Amino acid sequence: MAIDKNSVEYVAHLARIELQSKELEKLSSQLKDILSFIDKLNRIDTARINPTSHILPISNVLRQDQSKDSLAADKALENAPKKQGDFFSVPKVIE
Amino acid sequence: MELHSQSGHQLLDLIKNKKTTAKEVWESLESRVRAIDTKVNAYVRKDEKREPSLKPDSQQEGKLMGLAVTIKDNICTTGMNTECCSKILKNFSPPYDATVINKLKTNAASIFNLKANMDEFAFGSSTENSAFMATRNPWDLDSVPGGSSGGSAAAVAADEAIWALGSDTGGSIRQPAAFCGVVGLKPTYGRVSRYGLIAFASSLDQIGPLTKDVEDSAILLEAIAGHDQYDSTSVDIAVPDYKKSLGSGIKSVKIGIPKEYFIEGLDPEIKKIVGEAIDQIKKLGAQVQEVSLAHTEYAVAVYYIIATAEASSNLARFDGVQYGLRVEAGKDSSAGMIEMYKKTRGSGFGQEAKRRILLGTFVLSHGYYDAYYLKALKVRTLIKQDFDHVFKELDCIITPTSPSAAFKIGEKVEDPLKMYLSDIYTISANLAGIPAISLPCGFTKKGMPVGLQILAKPFDEETIFKVAHAYEQATPWHKRKPEL
Repeated sequence: MAIDKNSVEYVAHLARIELQSKELEKLSSQLKDILSFIDKLNRIDTARINPTSHILPISNVLRQDQSKDSLAADKALENAPKKQGDFFSVPKVIE
Repeated sequence: MELHSQSGHQLLDLIKNKKTTAKEVWESLESRVRAIDTKVNAYVRKDEKREPSLKPDSQQEGKLMGLAVTIKDNICTTGMNTECCSKILKNFSPPYDATVINKLKTNAASIFNLKANMDEFAFGSSTENSAFMATRNPWDLDSVPGGSSGGSAAAVAADEAIWALGSDTGGSIRQPAAFCGVVGLKPTYGRVSRYGLIAFASSLDQIGPLTKDVEDSAILLEAIAGHDQYDSTSVDIAVPDYKKSLGSGIKSVKIGIPKEYFIEGLDPEIKKIVGEAIDQIKKLGAQVQEVSLAHTEYAVAVYYIIATAEASSNLARFDGVQYGLRVEAGKDSSAGMIEMYKKTRGSGFGQEAKRRILLGTFVLSHGYYDAYYLKALKVRTLIKQDFDHVFKELDCIITPTSPSAAFKIGEKVEDPLKMYLSDIYTISANLAGIPAISLPCGFTKKGMPVGLQILAKPFDEETIFKVAHAYEQATPWHKRKPEL
């Protein structure tokens, strides 16, 4: 499957990563190589195979519904690049 | 012999017999780091002022008796920055300890006060992707130590650590262990809690020990293993006394050698050395036979879809809001949220991180999900079934750890695909969730260490320790030290 500069630019937007034009060139050609290597998977017929998203046979791990202490707000905010009172501060989202 | 050159179990004996103290060992390590780490670069942020976490002697009554453990920079430690060797996590000081750190402390270990270098977010096989600097291989300073736990492996090999913790998503403990001539174990998925390990690929990641010998690996795994209520993928199975599996002989052990691991691409010198190791294991009485893991050649492709897809989701949290770097889009932050995200992530992530996030986003994106991601999950099933099939009859599998010995710094940096292929023998264990160890099995003509990989059934680390220990004790490789 083909990947080109336009699709890499679009994926970079989805991933919220700003790329310099030189980076975009280089990454596009590298990703193209990697994807053509990955295409070898098409040689295998997997029509009747179930996917494995998780290796362990465990599911629905439950615990008692009891409240416990959680991280205090000041602790959670300790590493924030920008904060205001008890909140993380972010650029304006709504017009 | 200097204290820092001893193994963990030797030091535990010395402390028990009052021949030394944990404090003396700590000081010996510190002087070793001061003397040689300018050459090796195993540790990062060396100028940061930190208090030693050494406990007073009276509090050292526990299995690990105050001995220091070196920690990879992606495992959360309170009081010590944890930056995954990335610019985007600059100055991140975790508000809690990872469960493995709590377990080490419960076992009376001290946490060494320098963190080990790694590829940024564990993305890499050479430690060249660290935002700080490349670590050098103690056996040849122009070669890489492997990766991503290259700092942990090099520190143990250079006697700058007694033992260390790393993390392994596709070989990141075993491949650097092989390149540096130490013992590295990736436990079964679910054996060790991942709580506090900064996530790369959540269905593959495991924390494990890097040590000077097999006995130390058993001791350190026992200290960190077990169920954790904070990690719902950790399994509630009793942790065995792993030391009991050492020294019992391997006469009845059935071992498979997968033919798909000995084909083109394997360095002939490595092939010869691993072949001699297998002969040695036969001499020790094990029954060895050829087996097939038919889907081996697809493992790297499957891995680079699943691991990057999971990474792209996990790394979405680095957005300049809760921690780490933030780059504003405009002076008055009026340019909006999305621009801030893009600038922060564009300047905070290194090349390999960007490459993997983009690949992962692509394979999960609309129109490509079935062709790539779902396809990879299905082939993962086939890879797991190959192992299930072999383990119905046999106890373990032996392979080379890596197709070559350590390569030169800079050699593969410009060719990511070539770099990815250096993990060709280690990736399958992560995809199948099974435990695997790498231990030294010889040296190339140029004097570089070679690793032997032993894989076993889920939660059967005991068989791995038994076979690895029997081989190790019959050979001299683990006793050799690099000259620095």
